[in-house]
Amino acid sequence: MDNEKIDQIVDKYHGEPSYLIQVLLDIQSEHHWLPKEALERVAEKLNVPMTRVQHIATFYKAFSLVPKGRHEIHICLGTACHVRGAPRVLDTVQELIGIKPGETDLDLKFSLQTVNCLGCCALGPVLEIDGKTHGKMAPAQMAEVLKNYE
Amino acid sequence: MARLQTPAELEELRKQILSTRDPNKPCITLCSGSACNASGSREVAAALEEEIAKQGLTTDVDIRKTGCHGYCERGPIIVIHPEKIAYFQIKPEDVPEIITETIQGKKVVERLLYTDPATDEKIVHEHDIPFYKNQERIVFGSNSSVDPKSIDDYLAIGGYSALAKALSAMTPEGVLQEVKKANLRGRGGGGFPAGVKWEGTRNAADPIKYVIVNADEGDPGAYMDRSLLEGNPHAVLEGLTIGAYAVGAHEGYIYVRQEYPLAVENVFTAIRQAEEHGLLGENILGTGFNFKVIIHQGAGAFVCGESTALMTALEGRAGEPRPKYIRSNIVGLWGRPSVLNNVETWANVPLIINKGADWFTAIGTETSKGTKIFSLVGKITNTGLVEVPMGTPLRDIIFKIGGGIPGGKKFKAVQTGGPSGGCLPEELLDLPVGFDELTKAGSMMGSGGMIVMDEDTCMPDVARYFLEFLTDESCGKCVPCREGMRQMLKLLTNITKGKGKEGDIELLEQL
Ligand SMILES: Cc1cc2nc3c(=O)[nH]c(=O)nc-3n(C[C@H](O)[C@H](O)[C@H](O)COP(=O)(O)O)c2cc1C
Ligand code: FES
Repeated sequence: MDNEKIDQIVDKYHGEPSYLIQVLLDIQSEHHWLPKEALERVAEKLNVPMTRVQHIATFYKAFSLVPKGRHEIHICLGTACHVRGAPRVLDTVQELIGIKPGETDLDLKFSLQTVNCLGCCALGPVLEIDGKTHGKMAPAQMAEVLKNYE
Repeated sequence: MARLQTPAELEELRKQILSTRDPNKPCITLCSGSACNASGSREVAAALEEEIAKQGLTTDVDIRKTGCHGYCERGPIIVIHPEKIAYFQIKPEDVPEIITETIQGKKVVERLLYTDPATDEKIVHEHDIPFYKNQERIVFGSNSSVDPKSIDDYLAIGGYSALAKALSAMTPEGVLQEVKKANLRGRGGGGFPAGVKWEGTRNAADPIKYVIVNADEGDPGAYMDRSLLEGNPHAVLEGLTIGAYAVGAHEGYIYVRQEYPLAVENVFTAIRQAEEHGLLGENILGTGFNFKVIIHQGAGAFVCGESTALMTALEGRAGEPRPKYIRSNIVGLWGRPSVLNNVETWANVPLIINKGADWFTAIGTETSKGTKIFSLVGKITNTGLVEVPMGTPLRDIIFKIGGGIPGGKKFKAVQTGGPSGGCLPEELLDLPVGFDELTKAGSMMGSGGMIVMDEDTCMPDVARYFLEFLTDESCGKCVPCREGMRQMLKLLTNITKGKGKEGDIELLEQL
């Protein structure tokens, strides 16, 4: 990610240090992870110590300090999805793509993450791939769903 | 849009909007909340537009994409006005028939209607369906009549009249007293009286104060705050602005959790529209009151829903709670007095100002007034959002509104209060819901999550689930929580794996 892009994001928040989290969120959503150089640039531009930037980047779940796959899978393990069998869906997905929550595969194709409630409890178990929600998922359907992603 | 200069101009605008709306003109409302979008609501919307154009009806029919109606189990939902014919689980291929038959032919399409499972009868109108009939949707009901991206829609149902009334006909002290008299208690979990909290902030000496909306909705399995913000963002903004006036704040924050992009988008649009109309910003409605609102997106951490952690997150730091003896309504955001309330709490405020505390206190129980929105999920026939008067028995919510347990299974327990709440068994089903009633029964109201379990649900598994959640999300600051939960989790995991030992249960109780 180039500095120019980062500067643009920082400028959007008028360089206010209190917007640190918002700045990092924007970078994360643009770039899918937070490279060290980007964090350093943010620290410099917002005039906050690098230790604080790092603390934020590790404290919040939304941030990743390692590269992410091309497709991000978020499996809901909220209560509603849990009682409707989400853990089995998760197991199947783990088997299919060979990674655990929080990991990215070697081809950088998929990253897997679990989340709590996507607000579609009526459709549980629910998962989200690249922001698109898939409801009423059964373990048997997973291979079919994942096939659509390259 | 020129900024409105007086409350009278607001009324003028409202009249103008209403005069251009013919109540007899066919209008199709389509539920477009997050859950319905996931069930294909966007595709249905496209099909509607296409079909209406094809049949040459573009100027004769309105389409309104509304927020969540609550009956997510049966989404996407279409309601055709003025007759209020409700169709459920609509697919794009159903659309031509709806336009030809119902819009043109004024006939009902039987197969798309709701069938009452008890009587096998078809029900034509949304309000006659048991799921809706037994609710009292004073806060949530407007969701189905406004497009969240249209301030005109909100104005057409009387929006911002409470703000105009507060600013022009009431003193800040008067507003505060009304909310206090209404005994509005926090909907986010604690049930603390909002008026008392506001008073502390109002009386604090510091001239700079803040008001904050807690839209972190950390309870995993609850989504009423999301649906309110997504579906009717102006109602929350109006409540917040009234609160700001009452306590003397000129800056407000809305802390929205990261998983809710549509809520962020709709609130953002609403803020811009309100500013353009002079309902936010400098000199609101020409009354001299200034107030601006800033959105802050969360970055995923349960603990940030807690008030002091949320405030540190707003300051751009890691959201860690501060000791409780510091009262945040006196020393809050940036050390200033700050009122933090839940989305639903704020959304109640305009109703109280418009209709008065006496109207509000007529609903509910002795100590819990008004209504509460619950997120009814789990092993239940009608999953969705339900709003009932405080004091409604659990049995009515689960069986009358929720339609009972699917598949002829037996009810086992209902979990309320989110991860830190508790489970209520069959014997307690006649318990009226209210803050104190639920606490007395060993559970709590929480933010309104209600998870129904049937005979197949394993209770230790659910307990373990919540513990796992809490252990993961514990901020680790206090030893009992950090270490105690880890031990409890170990014991429970053993039990669910069938490896429990004698004495484990006793040890758990001690912990
Ligand atoms: C760990 C923890 C998490 C919380 N999460 C939320 C939440 O997600 N949403 C919420 O409104 N309140 C949450 N609360 C309660 C808030 O601290 C606060 O009491 C509430 O937002 C005040 O608003 P109210 O009085 O309108 O309910 C949480 C509390 C704790 C201790
Ligand atoms: S619990 Fe999964 S969407 Fe709500």
